[in-house]
Amino acid sequence: MRVTIKKEDYERMLEYALSKRPEEACGLIAGEDSEDGVRKIRKVYLLTNIDHTNEHFSIDPKEQLASIKDMRANGLKPLGNWHSHPESPSRPSEEDKRLANDSKASYLILSLMEEDKPVLNAFHVEGEQGSRTVRKEELEII
Amino acid sequence: MKITVAGEKKEVAENLTVAQLIEQENVETPQYVTVSINEEFLESGTFDTHVLKEGDEVEFLYFMGGGR
Repeated sequence: MRVTIKKEDYERMLEYALSKRPEEACGLIAGEDSEDGVRKIRKVYLLTNIDHTNEHFSIDPKEQLASIKDMRANGLKPLGNWHSHPESPSRPSEEDKRLANDSKASYLILSLMEEDKPVLNAFHVEGEQGSRTVRKEELEII
Repeated sequence: MKITVAGEKKEVAENLTVAQLIEQENVETPQYVTVSINEEFLESGTFDTHVLKEGDEVEFLYFMGGGR
């Protein structure tokens, strides 16, 4: 699947993730799956990592609920989530795969490992626990 | 009675529990679901005993997390 994100949304995400270092930053993505097969991210939610560590993230469920209601009010579809890897590459860790329970979601990972070269990738995860398969999605910043 | 589930108004049976609603709604991977009722989060383990009331607003949320 091809996924697009607006440059200003990417920049907001990056700025937020940099401001939260050394902790992982996280949030949700919402938008639409258009008829031409492109997943268009229309809004990025910058939410609280209640784990407050550089090794894990858990999205604040109260903020998650408020975001879902905001998406509904604005006619946006929940498309997945995003989080940062302050010290590791932009690929799903074993824990990321284990907790990726929605096979319809896109999972965006923003690596800050090289400060002047942030890397954002999108992934699709499916399959049963223990045998999950990961596919990189084509991501375009527009 | 009438309740709201994920923003949609629904007619459901009286004395329906949250666990029964989860089954009725065919919620996928229910073991990973957190339930909020009127913006209050239910303790996990109470889904079988929590009885819904007229006008309740129910949301199902999936835990979202990961690690490096």
